[in-house]
Amino acid sequence: MAENIQNTRPADEGWTTIIRPRTGWFDINLKELWQYRDLTVMFVKRNFTVLYKQTILGPAWILLNPLITTLIFNVVFGNMAGMPTDGVPGFLFYMAGNTVWTFFANCVNNTANTFVTNSQVFGKVYFPRLTMPVSQVLTSLINFLIQGAMYLVFWLYFFATGAEVRFTLWTLAVPLVMLQVMLLGLGVGIIVSSLTTKYRDLAIAVGFGVQLWMYASPVVYPLSMLDESPRLKVLVELNPMTAPIEVFRAATLGTGSVSAGSILYSVVFTIAALVLGVVLFSRIEKTFMDTV
Amino acid sequence: MSTTEKRPVIQVTGLKKQYKLGQIGGGTLTHDLQSWWARVRGKEDPNTVIGTDQRLFGQTFMALNGVDLTVYQGEALGIIGRNGAGKSTLLKLLSRITAPTEGEIRIRGRVASMLEVGTGFNNEMTGRENIYMNGAILGMTRAEIDAKLPQIIEFSECGDFIDTPVKRYSSGMFVKLAFAVAAHLDSEIMVMDEVLAVGDMKFQQKCLGKMSDVANQDGRTVLYVSHNMSTIRQLCNRCIVLDKGKVIFDGDVEQAIAIYMDTTDVNVVHYDLAHVARMTGSAGKRFRLETLDFVGKESSVFADTEKMRVKITWRVAEPFAGIHMKMNLHARDSTPVGITHPVDLGAAEPGKLYTTVFEFDPSLLGEGQYYFYLDIFDGALRQAVCLDKPVTEFAFEVTNSDLTMPEWAAGWGRIHFPPVKLLEAEA
Repeated sequence: MAENIQNTRPADEGWTTIIRPRTGWFDINLKELWQYRDLTVMFVKRNFTVLYKQTILGPAWILLNPLITTLIFNVVFGNMAGMPTDGVPGFLFYMAGNTVWTFFANCVNNTANTFVTNSQVFGKVYFPRLTMPVSQVLTSLINFLIQGAMYLVFWLYFFATGAEVRFTLWTLAVPLVMLQVMLLGLGVGIIVSSLTTKYRDLAIAVGFGVQLWMYASPVVYPLSMLDESPRLKVLVELNPMTAPIEVFRAATLGTGSVSAGSILYSVVFTIAALVLGVVLFSRIEKTFMDTV
Repeated sequence: MSTTEKRPVIQVTGLKKQYKLGQIGGGTLTHDLQSWWARVRGKEDPNTVIGTDQRLFGQTFMALNGVDLTVYQGEALGIIGRNGAGKSTLLKLLSRITAPTEGEIRIRGRVASMLEVGTGFNNEMTGRENIYMNGAILGMTRAEIDAKLPQIIEFSECGDFIDTPVKRYSSGMFVKLAFAVAAHLDSEIMVMDEVLAVGDMKFQQKCLGKMSDVANQDGRTVLYVSHNMSTIRQLCNRCIVLDKGKVIFDGDVEQAIAIYMDTTDVNVVHYDLAHVARMTGSAGKRFRLETLDFVGKESSVFADTEKMRVKITWRVAEPFAGIHMKMNLHARDSTPVGITHPVDLGAAEPGKLYTTVFEFDPSLLGEGQYYFYLDIFDGALRQAVCLDKPVTEFAFEVTNSDLTMPEWAAGWGRIHFPPVKLLEAEA
């Protein structure tokens, strides 16, 4: 009503916030997310503090988890099932796949419950809700760096004992590809978290779903193993996580089958998931308190 | 623009907030599919809140129904109203916890909302870590918190324990620390919902003093919701009364309080509860109160010698072995008076409408106006889970029938104990 008068009255200038009903689909405020970067950093610190308080082994779990998983993969898929590992030591092969996969799985699992786990806080105070999932994926990134360092230590050991492994030029692409993995995990996670405000089943399904997803990714087998079954290969290549894992192996082990097409596909998929996720999330965050 | 001119910092125009009544989504996919399947077959929806009239399904409730309000810089604005009048909804919209359905809010400056003290406090973290965390949640940068840290610690009176995890704090210390963080924010607008209801008297006074300073000296704006009229009197220089989602009064604090007191309705003796809001989200789903009547009365005014008879009707959605009920009594100005000892309503089966009549003896209450809530909870008293608690306040008045009693004075509190027993008397 007073829309046209407002611009002429000096007292009405300089509003910093205007709250309106939930409007379009693209009502996204990323600038604010940047303003709250200190909060994001604090959430990251808190994630670490809280996770390992009152545990005996503390942060050692970050290393124990992938170590044990790698050993089990090595025994079950390498020794018992006798699956090929592209000619590199099985231990390194599985650890490479598992490190990248754990990073992705953590990103998804830890963001997928954003709204439900934080409804208490979200119901009492406003801050950009995206700081929560963003801090979760940053936490996962730090975990990944630590696990990556452990991988390097083992790599050096195997290299020193004469294994045929080498770093290739792909290494230059690894930081970007890992960033992509993080964004893909964030995208998928926040899509799920937006939907869980209405359907709690998804929260249960996601843990299980991520596990299944792993078997559709070349974590415990090399992509080259599927060369004889082209249909299966197409299916696995439809998985956006295939390219990042293969790139990581190509970079650090000198094996794996990477094509420009599969990388491009994976990147496009990531962007799509992230955009959809942010749009859904921004829409849900405004009124989810009424439904949770 | 001269500095003496009143500068609006909050401008609310035509603000509305609508909530859907009854079932809001199934919560799980299975429930939604079940409901959909039932509709397809023309059967009754198994997930409807029990007792809900199907015609009312999807009916809406306006928590705020067209609020216009301008708040100027440096004002300490009190917001009062009965439960369900829309106070909390207004604060939630102002602090951006949920979005309005219609209308607009314009804000100049940062809003620090304290709808609950200690939001975001993490038990495992120390007092100091929590100050940073809480400050950041409320919108401060790290540098700002660094600068304020000594003041915050001093105000909180928790200096000796600042590096101890807050899970070892007493509830009083916890609240003090939380309030200290919020009170030292550099935000231009502070929004508070009854944060002072906790903490000891001395600290409450300190908080009120701090907030007055914030408004009077720093020129910041305070919005304060409370049921405690004396804190409203102490802090606020302007007050609005909300009723049924509208501002019914805006202006002088004393007048506002008088109007708020008058909104009591002792002429109502029948309440329909099937469709009113509940205090918590889960209340009213497994057990639902449908009606409440003051038996044999035309108005709910009781002489203190009279017994109050109340009839309630209710349904359950699942079998219960024991259901407990208590009354939560409050004085008209919302000061809590007390509760009744829980009684067991007995076992219940779904599908039946139960009627219970109970008697309450108001003889211990001093003359004046009161209201009560009904609180229904499950049989396990130790870890009682609230089954139903309608937001409706059941108002009643107690009148004095004993002519030897002087007129009830304001400072006497609410309880009228029986006379002391004289054991020995000597001349």
